[in-house]
Amino acid sequence: MYLKELCELDGVSGAENAVRSFITDKIKPYADSITVDAIGNIIALKKGKSSDKKVMLSAHTDEVGFIISGITDKGFLEFKTVGGIDTRVIISKRVRIGKNKLSGVIAMKAIHLQDKSERGKVPKVSSLYIDIGAKSREEAEEHVSLGDYAVFDADYELYGDTVKSKAIDDRAGCAILIELIKKDVQYDTYFCFMAQEEVGLRGAKIAVARVKPDIALVVEATTCADVSGAEEKDYVTSLGKGAAVSFADRSTIVREDFYRNLLRVASEEKISVQTKMALAGGNDAGAIHLAVGGIKCASVSVPCRYIHSPCGIAAVSDIEAVYRLADAFLNRIDEFLE
Amino acid sequence: MKELLRKLSGLRGISGYEYRISDKISELFKPVADEVHTDKLGNVIAVKHSTKVNAPRLMIEAHMDEIGLMVRDIDENGFIGFVNIGGVDTRILPSCEVIIHAKEDICGVIGAKPPHLQTAGEADDVSKIQDMAIDTGLSADKVKSLVSVGDAITIKGGFCELLGGRVSGKSLDDRAGVAVLVKLLEKLSDVKLDFDLYAVSAVCEEVNGSGAATSGYAINPDMAVAIDVTHGITPDNSKNAFELGSGVAIAKGPNLHPALTDRLISTAKNNDIKYNVEVEGGNTGTDAWLLQVAREGIPTALLSIPLRYMHTSVETLELSDVEAVCSLLERFCVELDCDLEGWLCI
Repeated sequence: MYLKELCELDGVSGAENAVRSFITDKIKPYADSITVDAIGNIIALKKGKSSDKKVMLSAHTDEVGFIISGITDKGFLEFKTVGGIDTRVIISKRVRIGKNKLSGVIAMKAIHLQDKSERGKVPKVSSLYIDIGAKSREEAEEHVSLGDYAVFDADYELYGDTVKSKAIDDRAGCAILIELIKKDVQYDTYFCFMAQEEVGLRGAKIAVARVKPDIALVVEATTCADVSGAEEKDYVTSLGKGAAVSFADRSTIVREDFYRNLLRVASEEKISVQTKMALAGGNDAGAIHLAVGGIKCASVSVPCRYIHSPCGIAAVSDIEAVYRLADAFLNRIDEFLE
Repeated sequence: MKELLRKLSGLRGISGYEYRISDKISELFKPVADEVHTDKLGNVIAVKHSTKVNAPRLMIEAHMDEIGLMVRDIDENGFIGFVNIGGVDTRILPSCEVIIHAKEDICGVIGAKPPHLQTAGEADDVSKIQDMAIDTGLSADKVKSLVSVGDAITIKGGFCELLGGRVSGKSLDDRAGVAVLVKLLEKLSDVKLDFDLYAVSAVCEEVNGSGAATSGYAINPDMAVAIDVTHGITPDNSKNAFELGSGVAIAKGPNLHPALTDRLISTAKNNDIKYNVEVEGGNTGTDAWLLQVAREGIPTALLSIPLRYMHTSVETLELSDVEAVCSLLERFCVELDCDLEGWLCI
């Protein structure tokens, strides 16, 4: 699985190019056709034994990050966030900016220089800036343009049986789809690598309009809050407890038969699963199930602690479980189409 | 200088736990000093002897400790609670990567309550240190077998080069000062001095200055110069701060000896070394404060390197400022003779 390589690529919503090239390259030998559409989705068709039905599997290529929105006279960069990022996790983090991966740090004045009221409050994003070392606007402009994107500059590492990285959401899904397209499928199956999920499920909306599948499964990463200080009822998902299957989230209520079928198949295939326990978050299922008159759609996710931060943590066993459940979905597709 | 800074920034020794790095710091001094030893508190003292007997002693000092964290408890799920050692900026801690110096070094991520669990009133509040915990991704049993209460924790904070000859990393406060000491001795290697030069990498500046106080006592120098960092100007603050690249900040105020300070200023002027005067009305918050009153009192000066984002994982400085401190001290040493009586009186 190409999880490490994928997580290390820079692909903020709207600038998924590097991720797109990598994926296209890896799936080319296995796809019968590959289309890149107007927003940058990759739609790869794997022909099935039958063309009676169309199946869609989807993961998104983009990650949360930043976009450069201003350059000050002294050469500091102003920025906006792209996608939902908790301001608390960005202070004092390293970023890399643009195609040349220029180093910078997200900063604010030192603690010594803040008064009491400033110390206790999370600053506004607009009061933070990126320091690239430039001494003037002119020097900064030689290296950075307005509209350049920036991503967290953080290493992919193994922590025991877990993975620590940026962008596990949703390069984990991309990595799983890249493996699944290598296998034979029953029906024509569209492996869709969606752009711009993090800014409002934008890619999925148009990809599904093109594909018009009979059924769709979204392969995602989701919040995992089984952390110190949280109560069990607030966990949403738990690390290492298996693939998370949602009955609903903020964007979708999953058809009950689809949801129950996923749990049944998981149980029969001895794949560890857990139910996503809160109506939290949303993903491309929200766009897919509403499209072209309504699509039967569900999602299965990798629980990820500290999602949308430079250092998410996901269990290798959970990623394996999501892969196996998506694989079982394709292998037993007739049971889901009924 | 850059590579030396990269190396020093990468060393991991919080206040009180400098013994983890004192060997590596000693190794840096050995090729450039006549003698290097580590004292009872862990101060690393490098000496360059004078050719004269009963020569006066000059002590130049920087601190080698860094701010950090320490294991407070381990919960039933293996999450590690911690306390701060020194003035850690708690706002940088959520999603900050750390290394726990347990039976083996273990990487971890500092977690805080996720956004969806915050109540409306909490959303804008900074997470409290007692509500944060380190997640190692390891099982509770594994964590408990490796980690003990009291283990030191350092901020991971990688070193990186920025534009404009600037670099960013953890612990540049005050490893940049230690780098000055190493480079200074290197520059003076062919120079015969009229006095004994003691280059001290002191412990515990970030908590109580005990390293400076004890080494100052033991060495009993005729004068001392502390090297530390001061604030660099940023878009959100220009007060009590200096532009990166503006040279060495020479401190004036009751903590500093006027004649020694004036001599450093005139040395900078005469040698075209960029400098600014930094004014402190009382405690400079550096080792100079305790050096001044060590033993029977030591004429003390303070040279500072402008640095942005002090006490974070992304402390940022300009190499030319570190070089400026080094050049100033080199010229000061070269021009200094053993007759201190004439000028070093208050």
